[in-house]
Order: sequence, then structure tokens, then C-alpha cells
Amino acid sequence: MLELANLSKHFGGVRAVDSLNLKIEPGQIFGLIGPNGSGKSTTVNLITGLLDVTHGSITLAGEEITRLPTHVRLSSGIARTFQNIRLFGQLTVWQNLWVAENARAQRERTNFFSRWMGGDRGARARITRALEFSGLADKADELAANLAFGEQRRLELARALAAEPKLLLLDEPAAGMNPEEIDALDDRIRQIRDSGITVLLIEHHMELIMAIADRIAVLNFGQKIAEGTPAEVQAHPAVREAYLGTAG
Amino acid sequence: MDFYLGLAQIIGVHTLLGLSAYVVLQTGQVSLAQAGFMAIGAYVAAMLTVLAGWPLIAALVVASLVAGITACLVGFPALRVHGLMLVVATIAFTEIVRLFFFNFDYQISRGNLQVGPLGGEGFRQIRYFPENGWTTLHVAVFIWTVVALVMAALWWMDRSRAGAVLRAVGEDEIAAQSCGINLTAVKVSAMTAGGAIAGIAGGLYAHYTTHIEQSNFTILLATFAIAYPILGGLSSVFGTVAAVIFIQGFLVEGLRFLGDWRNLLFGALIVLVMNIRPSGLLDARTMASLRRLFGRKEG
Repeated sequence: MLELANLSKHFGGVRAVDSLNLKIEPGQIFGLIGPNGSGKSTTVNLITGLLDVTHGSITLAGEEITRLPTHVRLSSGIARTFQNIRLFGQLTVWQNLWVAENARAQRERTNFFSRWMGGDRGARARITRALEFSGLADKADELAANLAFGEQRRLELARALAAEPKLLLLDEPAAGMNPEEIDALDDRIRQIRDSGITVLLIEHHMELIMAIADRIAVLNFGQKIAEGTPAEVQAHPAVREAYLGTAG
Repeated sequence: MDFYLGLAQIIGVHTLLGLSAYVVLQTGQVSLAQAGFMAIGAYVAAMLTVLAGWPLIAALVVASLVAGITACLVGFPALRVHGLMLVVATIAFTEIVRLFFFNFDYQISRGNLQVGPLGGEGFRQIRYFPENGWTTLHVAVFIWTVVALVMAALWWMDRSRAGAVLRAVGEDEIAAQSCGINLTAVKVSAMTAGGAIAGIAGGLYAHYTTHIEQSNFTILLATFAIAYPILGGLSSVFGTVAAVIFIQGFLVEGLRFLGDWRNLLFGALIVLVMNIRPSGLLDARTMASLRRLFGRKEG
């Protein structure tokens, strides 16, 4: 689904991401972990095009997207959430999803009128489904800024799903959540994968990621130090060293 | 009576000017170029009716197109700058337009009369309305018909996905891009629509005053253009109308009896209103309760 080949991003002398090779198979939950500053968020920003790559290439479903502008990538099948929530606060919950669903309308060349004026029944159904999935169906007319923190996180997820992506990038979706909310999130991410969407999950919450990831890569100082199933990664000496600071 | 009709004309044209800034402000761009677009619309429309003998509506359509195309061309380079830099760039544009018309002579003989723009002297004798027998009432009704059409179009847009996308860009450009929105297309479209509306405002203005000159289209006018929607609130087109009525009707005309004290009070009252209603005269909450009052469902 997504392939990063020799991907690098240098900020001056700092190699935030250094010759990273990753291959994410369709239908997987792929976990990306690593200590703070190891280059996880930079990787997401490279995939989405918010940062330009220094060298290397990014391939989505067989097509190279390395030089495409952000909005083209994110209307062609990638969707994302943000580590620090970025909603359109003064828009209603419904409008937040309506804006995002536009990407799908564009992809499928919906005619101008139904795309912009919103007479499209398909769009309404999709938005309603995404809201129900995220448990926000009764909040459709609320302003996004007035939602509680947990609801805002769910709204970001719903907004990402509204465009019906092939690949979903989740940047620390569990940050700031209580254990109950994390359980619900765990369920939702599994359901998303089971519906056929490939998930790239960046997370600090080890319990969550070890429980649901099909495969995990570990970054440290911009380099991949290990990759494998959750069990393999947990047993890997380099991973223990990166997290605990001592070998073995 | 004529005084009030004249005031209605002023309020109508300023409402259009405010709405032109309203569209652009929704995408988070503060543009002081609206006065320049209005000047272009004013000169183009007046030259078409006076020099080429066109009917008014055709002249207004072309004036709006020319101003809109100019705005589109200004929109592309203006995209590269944000915030205060955009303010400075658009101030420069308004000044360029003003200085262009300061030096712009294009006069032709009409009988023993010279008509057309004459640099610093301005463009006199734009006598379309008197020549065609329009009364002040006709003109006021015509202007407000145009205002109503533009307001209806924008009100409809506000409720459509296009409106939501404009506001999304205004709120968070990175999140908007990450929803697959093409920022360039959205911002340039808003700028173009704003320019086209300002062009209509200029065309109407030229014809009801009968005399335009470069000094009508200064940075001060551009500041008024953005002050209306900001003071009125960006949640609805009605806020802009309310702000124009408040400023042009109440502060400028209503307080005229105060003489020189008016200007002092003018500034103080605007500051006061901004403090009492920081998100505008008609903010989202007011609009919601108005809707409830008229028994319609929110949405």
C-alpha cells in the first residue's frame, strides 16, 4: 500500500529521518514507534507532503507521490489525524466532515452542483455513517470547538474517515485519553482495518500498539532499528536499549 | 426624503464593498486591495456608459469582470504572503491603482464638451442616471436590488459546502490541506469573487455620484471595507449590513450635529462596540437565537 524507499529528511545537519525503508502491506495495522524526537511525526509529514523530502521516494499503491502537493495526496486516498488536534473549531461537526468528504467527491468527479451545493445523497449517507461510527451522531450541529476533548479526538477520526481513504495515518490518537477511551479507540481502529483501510499508527501508548498492530517498526534518531511482529520487536535488544538506555 | 434616499444609496454601495471583503476574510486573508478593485470597477463602468454609450447593466457586468480578473491576477502573488505581509502587499496594490488613475487621461469630445477621466481632475459628468430620467428613488431601488442579489448569493454560498470550505481554510490551512483542499484554488477564488463584487460597488458608486476621482479610493476606504465585516461579525452576511448601517447611517450621518466632535466619538464608539461584542455585532450566537425567534431549525 505504502512504500518508503531510502527516505531522508535533513534539517541543516540534523538527520530527522535517515534512509528509512518501510513497506506497509494493504489491510495491515502498521505501528510506528520510537522515543521522542526519533522522527515519527517527521515521517508522517513527509508522507503527507507538509515537508519536502531531502531524498528518497514515497509510493502509494504503486504510484510515486514524492513530489505531489499535499492536497493532491490527501484527496487521492490518504487521510490523517493530528497529534495536537486540528479541527475547524468554528464549523459544526457536520461541516467538518462535509469539508473532508469533498476529497472523495473530487476523486469520483461528482458534478459541480452536487459537490459544492451539497445536494448529494451519497455524501450525506457517508457523513452520517462516519458520525455514527465515531459516536457523534447526536452532536452533528454542535460547533467543533464546543466539544469535549475526547469527542474532538473522535471527530478528527471521523473527519479522516469521511473521505473514505485507502490509507489512514493516525498520529498519536490515544494522547490524553483515559483507559476507557483507549479501549474504545482500540475497537475502532480494528474495525477500520477490518473494513479494508490500511492504518499507519504512531503511538506512545505501548499497550495499545502491542495489542493491535500487525507489524511494528521502531525508529531511533531517524533510523529504523527494528521491524517485525509485536513479539519480535519487544524482544529485540536494540529496542530495549533505545527505550531503557541500557543493552540487554 | 432625498436625503434618506441618498443615504440608502451610500449604504447600499458600502454594503457591497463590505461584502467583497467578507468573502476574502472568510479564507483568513486580510485584504486592503478592495478599494483598488472598486476604483477599477468605477472607472471601467463609467467609461463604458459615458464614452462608449453602453447601457448601465452591461457596463456593470463588464466592470465586475475586469475587477474580478484583476483580483484573480493579484490573488496568485498575494498567496505567497501571509498576515501582515499580505496587508502591506494589498495596500501597495490599492495605492498603485490610485496613482494609475491620478495619471490617467482619456478624454474625447462630445459636442463642445470634453468627457472622460482627466488625471487628478477626476472623471466628471457621469450623467447616465439624469440623462435617462432615473430619479433618486429609481437609483436607490436599483442599487438595493443588486445588493439583495449579491447578499442572496453569498447567503446561499455560506450554507453550501463551498462556504464551509472557505471557512475551513480561514481557520486552519494545514488541516484544510490535509483534508485534500487546494489552498491556492480556494484563496484565489475568494479573491476573484471579492474583486468582482467590489467592481460592481465601484460601478454603482461612479454613477450615483456622477463624479469620481482617485482620492475617492484611498487606503481609508479599504480600511472601511474590512471594518464592516469584522465589526459586523463573520458568521453571516447580515452582520456586514448591520455594520454599514451602524457606521454610515448612525456614526457618519446620525452624529453630524456634533460637528468636529463627531470624529472623536466615531472612533470611540467603534472601540466600544468591539469591546462589548468582540465577535461582531451579529455573531454566531445572535444569529442562532434570531433563527429560533423566527421559528426555523438551525442548520
